[in-house]
Amino acid sequence: MTFIPKPRVVHPGLPKNKLGLTVRDYEGAMSTLCAGCGHDSVTAGIIQAFHDLDTEPHHVVKLSGIGCSSKTPTYFVNAAHGFNSAHGRMPSIATGANAANRGLTYIGISGDGDSLSIGLGQLCHAIRRNLNMLYVIENNGVYGLTKGQFSASADVGTKSKKGEANAYSPIDPAILALSLGATFVARSFSGDKQQLVPLLKAGLRHKGFALIDVISPCVTFNDHEGSTKSYKYTRDRNVEISHADFVPLAAEITAEVQPVGTTAVTMHDGSVVRFTKVAEGYDPRSRDKAMGYLMDHQKSGQVPTGLLFVDETAPEMHEIAGTIDEPLNQVPFEKLCPGNKALAELQEAFR
Amino acid sequence: MEHLDTAKVDRVNDFAFKIANTNGTGSASANGLIMQAIFRMGVPVSGKNLFPSNIQGLPTWYEIRVNGDGHTARTPVYDLMVAMNAETYARDIKELRPGGYLLHDSTWPLSEAVQRPDIHLLGIPLAKMSRENFEKPREQVLMKNIMYAGALAALLDIDMKVIDGLLEEKYGAKKSMMAMNHKAIQLGYRHAKQHFQCPLPFHLKTMDGSHSTRDSILIDGNTALALGCMFAGATVAAWYPITPSTSLMDAFRGFCAAHRRDPETGKNNFCILQAEDELAAIGMVLGANWNGARAFTSTSGPGISLMGELIGLAYYAEIPAVIVDVQRTGPSTGMPTRTQQGDILTCAYASHGDTKHILLFPANPEECFTMAPKAFDLADRFQTPVFVLTDLDIGMNDWMCPRLKWDDTYRPDKGRVLSAAELSAMERFQRYSDSDADGVTSRTLPGVHPKGAYFTRGSGHNKLGKYTEIPDEYQEVVDRLTHKHKSAAKHVPAPDIRTMPGATIGIVTVGGCDQGVREAIELLKEQGIKANFMRVRGFPFGGNIEEFLRAHETIYVVEQNRDAQLRTLLVNETGIDKARLRSVLAYGGFPLSAHHVVDGVKRQLTQQMGEAL
Repeated sequence: MTFIPKPRVVHPGLPKNKLGLTVRDYEGAMSTLCAGCGHDSVTAGIIQAFHDLDTEPHHVVKLSGIGCSSKTPTYFVNAAHGFNSAHGRMPSIATGANAANRGLTYIGISGDGDSLSIGLGQLCHAIRRNLNMLYVIENNGVYGLTKGQFSASADVGTKSKKGEANAYSPIDPAILALSLGATFVARSFSGDKQQLVPLLKAGLRHKGFALIDVISPCVTFNDHEGSTKSYKYTRDRNVEISHADFVPLAAEITAEVQPVGTTAVTMHDGSVVRFTKVAEGYDPRSRDKAMGYLMDHQKSGQVPTGLLFVDETAPEMHEIAGTIDEPLNQVPFEKLCPGNKALAELQEAFR
Repeated sequence: MEHLDTAKVDRVNDFAFKIANTNGTGSASANGLIMQAIFRMGVPVSGKNLFPSNIQGLPTWYEIRVNGDGHTARTPVYDLMVAMNAETYARDIKELRPGGYLLHDSTWPLSEAVQRPDIHLLGIPLAKMSRENFEKPREQVLMKNIMYAGALAALLDIDMKVIDGLLEEKYGAKKSMMAMNHKAIQLGYRHAKQHFQCPLPFHLKTMDGSHSTRDSILIDGNTALALGCMFAGATVAAWYPITPSTSLMDAFRGFCAAHRRDPETGKNNFCILQAEDELAAIGMVLGANWNGARAFTSTSGPGISLMGELIGLAYYAEIPAVIVDVQRTGPSTGMPTRTQQGDILTCAYASHGDTKHILLFPANPEECFTMAPKAFDLADRFQTPVFVLTDLDIGMNDWMCPRLKWDDTYRPDKGRVLSAAELSAMERFQRYSDSDADGVTSRTLPGVHPKGAYFTRGSGHNKLGKYTEIPDEYQEVVDRLTHKHKSAAKHVPAPDIRTMPGATIGIVTVGGCDQGVREAIELLKEQGIKANFMRVRGFPFGGNIEEFLRAHETIYVVEQNRDAQLRTLLVNETGIDKARLRSVLAYGGFPLSAHHVVDGVKRQLTQQMGEAL
């Protein structure tokens, strides 16, 4: 809750980005989540990513639905406009906001309840539209705010804190997104900042819908023995399949030599995502191979993480709709209203 | 029905006829042709399309009323019935007045069960003629309908030059279609001329002068509203297909494609989003308005139910939104292709918790057009959802109305939106503080200035925009919202009030009941009953509404729903004694006719006199 003030102490040695801002300038209010919550690590990653990308804080729009994860936009980028909407409805709010002004950076934070149950339809259709935004699912397999019910991402057989086993088959947001034509799909782990931050950066720069499914254990309701979304389980089963390294446009000019064994994907703005294939034969540019790989590993209980799929060529929502380049909310009224003369003429069709 | 003088022998420009058909047979083209031809002759005309929720094979009717005095409400009494659907013969024939005419397809004998001795039969072997004159089966179906249009032209004395002109406009570029339609019209016309006494005792005569349609257009409310939204500067529209509102977004798309493309780049100055459902459609509208665009959605009752959750968010977080509800018959799926005014209460108080909204009630396509920019101005000024409540009758039927005009000096009222310069000069921006006399506070748009940032939330918040669970802080904000809603009363369109000397009773109505009620008042006057008229055009109710109610001991509230929703809203939102408000209701799904009102008022007056004795 935002009424808890955060002490403002800036270490003089903190590095500054091109805007002269430190990571502290990308922080938000004090988190009120449980101590050790995976979500706070994701928040820290987001702060780092925005800082490193030299993002103008007030050009960020941060949106969420309802749930523990949806509280987190309060905890980063204070100078960004925030929209804490209704449960499962963030994708549609983000779609409208982006329709009105395509010139800002949109980030949505959601959870497995918000995205995979009540908001599943909206998530699917935001993916289909290739809405230009970064969409982070902080996935812990459990409803935290209502105290521990299974969510739709809970694995079959995973145990609740009370010892009950989940009987329903899980929705894997990465496989779902791939099947819907998503153009950027990644999975990470809140406990692995090294992997998460480059993925967040790449997702922010991706032209289109970037989905990052972050396994983010719930320390209070889902971090026990028998849970498949605990810190321990995720650490043990995490298989990094393609390590991503984000190279912004400016830096790329100096990095002339492509390191051996890496593949580069150029983002629409000229920056580059360079990934190292860790898993044999994995190609994040092949949708069907990515799906097959994920489904195979799902059977064996492994959690493949990294950049799973990227397609930088697909048109995003505005390109599909053929909208003008400038934000629609800035078009002068004179260009929008045809005027009385045009009205008189067009009415001949109604005689 | 006493108000239609059936005894008049030669009636010019005052009659009604009905065409019974099967949907999916192209009857809309034939019916539209007849209606438009009458309109082009300068004669006031209205058409009501009574169609099924179906694509092919179910009964459909088209009613055309011709009235030189300009009355365009639906009339339930017909001088002529074109019975093209054997399945509905029995009930169609019943609706003919004694002495009326039945035009039927005499390819087959008319069943004795449906014969009436008191009507005239006009049999034309339409199916046979169609088979003999046209080759393909589909052509035979379509041209059968165009042939009855030709017969009607002869029977009603429609100017054939006008019909030829209309065919030329429609099919001029497609020679084969033109030839086929022309042939069918002529076949029907000649057959009628040869076999019947043409014209019938009731018929048309070209009109000029005061009631003539020369300066009018024929347009449906959905098209007019779409036009209004484009002129108001709407750039984002989100919707989910639903009858009877779908044609609104189709029209908006069409107008935008024609008038909103950048001439240099060919790119669109608009973005229309077909949402996955109404939950998403309203979400998109909120997102876009929150971000400073003018955005709207169009829907009908079931969509309003689904939008309820986010309508509450918009109300509480104070986000503008324009929601067009083209009402249909409820509850539930109800009768999707029938009209009603059944969403008045649901829209007035949409969403959980304490909520109240601004409603606008256009009565015809002209008001659909003028109220569109009004709705956006109110939504922006009061930072809240605004509902435009039309209905299927207004939205989907062609109405005769004066040519639409636009004031080129109009500029959108964007309300209190802080600019970068204003924010820069401020020490600190607090979203829900510093309210004006109307209870409106300043808002900011994302990306404009670092000082403008705040958190929009549907959770409890105080006047700073911060999360709160403290009673006083919560109440301070919601009390301001009450004040804000009340303040909107003086900004919504004033009621249309028409009085006559010596009137003691008042008739109050809303929306598409307008024509029927005003005609009824004339008919009642002829019978010695004088009534004043008030049509409510907006909610919250302004002062003159309560004044009108107080000025009449007996008031009849005429509306198209079962539960007297406008009456409930008047009782709830004014200080009027509810015993003074009596209801005249029509809710079967067809547009209101004057006889409904006349009968309802007279029945109750008699009853009241009985009570008084």
